[in-house]
Amino acid sequence: MADLRCSLAGIRSPNPFWLASAPPTDKEYNVRRAFAAGWGGVVWKTLGLDPPIVNVSGRYGAVSHQGRRLAGFTNIELISDRPLATNVAEIKRIKRDFPDRAMVVSLMVPCDEPSWRAILPIVEATGCDGIELNFGCPHGMSERNMGAAIGQVPEYVEMVTRWCKAATRMPVMVKLTPNVTDILAPARAAAAGGADAVSLINTIQSIAGVDLDAMTPLPAVDGQGTHGGYCGPAVRPIALRMLGDIARDPALRGLPLSGMGGIGTWRDAAEFIALGAAGVQVCTAAMHHGHRIVADMIDGLSNWMDAKGHATLESFRGLAVANYVPWGSLNVNFRTVAHIDPDLCISCGKCYVACEDTSHQSIAKLPGRLYRIIEDECVGCNLCAHLCPVERCITMVPQPATAARATWAEHSNNPHRTLPGTVR
Amino acid sequence: MADTLAATEPRLRAGRLDAGALAANFSDAHPPLSAGQALVEAARCYYCHDAPCIEACPTAIDIPAFIARIADGNLRGSAETILSANIFGAACARVCPTEILCERACVRTAQEHAPVRIGALQRHATDALMRTGVHPFARAPETGRHVAVVGGGPAGIACAHRLAMLGHGVTVYEARPRAGGLNEHGVAAYKLPGDFAQDELDFILRIGGITILHDRRLGRDIGLDALRRTHDAVFLGLGHNAVRSLALSPEPLAGVQDAVAFIEDLRQAADKSTVAVGDRVVVVGGGNTAIDAAMQASRLGARAVTIAYRGAPELMSATRFEQDWARTSGIRIRAWSNPRALHGAAGQVTAIEFDGGGPGQGHGPDIEPADMVLIAVGQRFDGGLFGAGPSAVPAMAAGRILVDAGQATSLPGVYAGGDCTAGADLTVQAVQDGKVAALSIDAMLRAASA
Ligand SMILES: Cc1cc2nc3c(=O)[nH]c(=O)nc-3n(C[C@H](O)[C@H](O)[C@H](O)COP(=O)(O)OP(=O)(O)OC[C@H]3O[C@@H](n4cnc5c(N)ncnc54)[C@H](O)[C@@H]3O)c2cc1C
Ligand SMILES: Cc1cc2nc3c(=O)[nH]c(=O)nc-3n(C[C@H](O)[C@H](O)[C@H](O)COP(=O)(O)O)c2cc1C
Ligand code: SF4
Repeated sequence: MADLRCSLAGIRSPNPFWLASAPPTDKEYNVRRAFAAGWGGVVWKTLGLDPPIVNVSGRYGAVSHQGRRLAGFTNIELISDRPLATNVAEIKRIKRDFPDRAMVVSLMVPCDEPSWRAILPIVEATGCDGIELNFGCPHGMSERNMGAAIGQVPEYVEMVTRWCKAATRMPVMVKLTPNVTDILAPARAAAAGGADAVSLINTIQSIAGVDLDAMTPLPAVDGQGTHGGYCGPAVRPIALRMLGDIARDPALRGLPLSGMGGIGTWRDAAEFIALGAAGVQVCTAAMHHGHRIVADMIDGLSNWMDAKGHATLESFRGLAVANYVPWGSLNVNFRTVAHIDPDLCISCGKCYVACEDTSHQSIAKLPGRLYRIIEDECVGCNLCAHLCPVERCITMVPQPATAARATWAEHSNNPHRTLPGTVR
Repeated sequence: MADTLAATEPRLRAGRLDAGALAANFSDAHPPLSAGQALVEAARCYYCHDAPCIEACPTAIDIPAFIARIADGNLRGSAETILSANIFGAACARVCPTEILCERACVRTAQEHAPVRIGALQRHATDALMRTGVHPFARAPETGRHVAVVGGGPAGIACAHRLAMLGHGVTVYEARPRAGGLNEHGVAAYKLPGDFAQDELDFILRIGGITILHDRRLGRDIGLDALRRTHDAVFLGLGHNAVRSLALSPEPLAGVQDAVAFIEDLRQAADKSTVAVGDRVVVVGGGNTAIDAAMQASRLGARAVTIAYRGAPELMSATRFEQDWARTSGIRIRAWSNPRALHGAAGQVTAIEFDGGGPGQGHGPDIEPADMVLIAVGQRFDGGLFGAGPSAVPAMAAGRILVDAGQATSLPGVYAGGDCTAGADLTVQAVQDGKVAALSIDAMLRAASA
């Protein structure tokens, strides 16, 4: 059986599955149940200075997709609304009772050095394994010049990280906001400030929907709405992209990454790890189904690793990074063509109408509702294969190379092309 | 009236249908889900907390977990989840009356009368693992203890498997030349087609540590006393070893047969075209065995098949699903039909006569022509095999071996489960009994050596 032990910036856990800083990690009761269910670690719900903030009632909005609940999830909650001393006492007790699990504490205090210097020793005294700086909360706290307000200004990210590194010996992880144009800017700033790791993504600014009767954005609080932070399965592709950008950045090589955003199964987690994450964090999926999903994730990851011959997480971590390249590095002479298996086809015509109405008119409709790819016309866009309702009926078949591998930089259509043999 | 037909065409005849028709009739009644269908069906599961389906499964399989593992592509983990609770999970996926067990409890049944197809999904996962041929469990270190299991049906084999897993050695004493119990001899052929029962048995035995001795019948070849002396514990999984009969004719008539024996002959016949069946068949009884006998007679080529139940239709013990299936297969079910006598000619049955006078029935004699009458009025356990002597006879209650919650009988070190004890006569219940007994035996042996 595969060894799932995980190490991230020196923080060890029996498996790579941590609960992200959020309600599931908001108090002792929840975290005890989480550890009993098998979670490898938690990032405690973000702590701030006393007096605690207040939360509103009416906190979450959700997007269903064709009957599946919580495809996307929006919240307008702030950080912990309980006194610091209560949280600190609970963290200490749990770390004592579960010494093998990772206990990381998320923090957010005003952007001045004395505030950070004040809270760090209090947290360090809990015996926790590290801290996560919440530079990501995109609502409420950012209006008070915390959270994403820091995360969106690389200079602030670097400055606060440096303060923390100077004031504590605990590993410092910086949690990034996705609400930026270029994720590399805050990531590099965190590294410059001495961060031991970065975690991403926090939530994406969003409005879950609009109530057309009350005319309020959702979630509604007494007839009004505000923007919140979006997470859940819908954000996973966005998170993967940002993770990949950091993982492949030569300037950030070796910076440990904690990946999150829409992870709900072992497969999601494996994808994050393949794209460079040392471990993963989960919030929405746990809030949707309860702590026990971790047992399914552990079992699935372990079986997959056994089947693939990966003895440890390290043996497949980052294997997809080298293949994540800028568009300009892709081979423009590669060709893939759709193929319809006539034995599996049920004649629904969905591929045909999609290609005919909106794409490249590369599917022929023959008498008797038979559909066939016109191979010479097919550009290999994958559309029909994605929307075909029959498993394995339409497959994309890579074609034998007819021309040498070439990128746009070398292509004859490119007026600024590099001529062969001229690169020294 | 002399039966002239008998001279020219035998009333019981084999090979009424050609090989192609027979093959189709006795193949898989419910085809498996495709991979895509399984994903769509798995996505219907809500992954309930404290899921009612788990409670409704006698073996308490963690159903939401195994379905989640199908959904996330972890078929191996899914099958292990099933088999860790129920080692006969593949057979149960095919034979369990899910409509009165897990699927009735599914919250989607309450919500929209359309449960998640748990049985079909269970089959999807277990078939995938069985195709690999890899047994998923390993044995604990050998304990040096040895347990005798009497009866190689679902109860006995489930007990043997769990004991072997826990490190004990097991010898199974099986009366018949093939083990498997009613999975091999009783359950309808189209539910466990081909050699499924033996394939599954082979898969289960791959755990190691289990020896099966065939043609060893307790009460004939071996005694309970001796088994108790030579083993650290004994488990009795004897099933029903007798059938109830009806005295309807002064002398035996050809064409009258016990339904379980008819099914057993049919199950053991490699070539179904050698099994004789009547043209007009009446099955007496109202349980699932009656349905199975009627369905299989029909699938052998009988043209008119009737199930005659003595009481009110709603009292039939066959599940509604099985009754509907029989009706849509062209089988007539007549209630209020208490048999009074069999009519015969030249030693061969020609008709069955009922008491008559039931609701909606006329007042004259109620006679149904038949050239085959199958009796399915219940199986029972006969404790006569234990012989005499206080150390050889466990206490009985209501005709079955009396056991406690841990499946222990009144005799120290002797456990029992399955159809020979009280409880539902279902494969899944037999498996649970065997598993519980193994855990009790293990606890007893460990306490003794501690
Ligand atoms: C016709 C029929 C159809 C059925 N269909 C279904 C169905 O669709 N679904 C379902 O859930 N259940 C069904 N059942 C019930 C189910 O088969 C039984 O509940 C289940 O097999 C009981 O398991 P068991 O191990 O207790 O007994 P059995 O399966 O009867 O096994 C007992 C074993 O012990 C052996 N044995 C008996 N006496 C001795 C002895 N003295 N010494 C040594 N060995 C002995 C027998 O040869 C046999 O192998 C059906 C039953 C019948 C009769
Ligand atoms: C209700 C809720 C509250 C959250 N609170 C915090 C928080 O206090 N601190 C923080 O760093 N992230 C917070 N998050 C963000 C999560 O930690 C996580 O980054 C995000 O939800 C993406 O992961 P997911 O898709 O698995 O939910 C919160 C998310 C939710 C849904
Ligand atoms: S989950 Fe429901 S019951 Fe629990 S606090 Fe939220 S709204 Fe209230």
